[in-house]
Amino acid sequence: MSAGMTFAMIAVAAVCTFATRVLPFLLFNGKRPIPPIIRYLGATLPPAVIALLVVYCVKSVDWLAAPHGAPELLCIAVTALLHLWKRNDLLSIGVGTALYMVLVQTVFL
Amino acid sequence: MKKALRPALTATIPVLCGYLFIGFAFGVMLRDAGYGPHWALLSSLTIYAGSGQYLLVSLLASGASLLTVAVMTLLLNCRHIFYGLSFLETFHRMGRKKWYMIFSLTDETYSLLCSLHTPMGVDPDAMRFWIALLDQSYWIAGSVIGAFVGGVLPFDSTGIDFAMTALFTVIFVEQWKSTRCHIPALLGLGAAAVSLVLLGADHFILPAMLAICVMLVALRGRLAKEVAG
Repeated sequence: MSAGMTFAMIAVAAVCTFATRVLPFLLFNGKRPIPPIIRYLGATLPPAVIALLVVYCVKSVDWLAAPHGAPELLCIAVTALLHLWKRNDLLSIGVGTALYMVLVQTVFL
Repeated sequence: MKKALRPALTATIPVLCGYLFIGFAFGVMLRDAGYGPHWALLSSLTIYAGSGQYLLVSLLASGASLLTVAVMTLLLNCRHIFYGLSFLETFHRMGRKKWYMIFSLTDETYSLLCSLHTPMGVDPDAMRFWIALLDQSYWIAGSVIGAFVGGVLPFDSTGIDFAMTALFTVIFVEQWKSTRCHIPALLGLGAAAVSLVLLGADHFILPAMLAICVMLVALRGRLAKEVAG
């Protein structure tokens, strides 16, 4: 493929990505009051979307084959419980990630 | 501005780990497809979307048309439309920086901004800007390094990408503790799980997003009071 075509594909991807990010700001430009329904979605969507993203992170796990997502589920549980207990972001993420790396490199090969 | 850099650095450490690794993996993939570090730099500088750039590698490798690139990118990034809704007023306050904040609103920056704790005496808007800027620099660094060094690593980094899962889990717990109304979070979890089982890993995210919106709107009469109270 030519360098020009590669450049064009990156440019199109960049413009389309920015378009999805800028759309809400163009629709609601701050001069008009934000409609209550949009405010409501702004408050309720984030928790739902974060939950969706947690599921997104484990989307490639094969639940039917061994180890049936055990390292992922175990490490998510450890991360969540540790965070409920100590409420320290770095500690929860660090321990969860280190445990996962040990598990997938030594236990669940 | 300067005062906000240190707390922003601390707040972005999880994304540093995640982005260096996922960016690195992108760089390696791009190199395998025949594109060097300057292409990694260009795409991380101008596109700046993790899943979007992974998709681009496969589109480049298969020689897809520009229309295909456009449609696939728009579909994949639809969820970003909803991220902006949470920050309409916040970003409008930020003057010219607003445009960079909009451009750089990735999943991970969104998560960090959602759970922002500003230390005493630090300007929250300055901290938001640093978080956005630092996150993108980690992403650029990871992807360019990946495209340079390829598969040669001094240690086994398998599984380090779990940092991202752990980050989302922590944000989930934070949001859970900060609100009495857990229905939106449970709705998101349920809709995503059902959609994943029914539609599979490649197609579940948009229908799940749509289902979440429809259900939130349908439950508005009940939830609006609880969320406000």
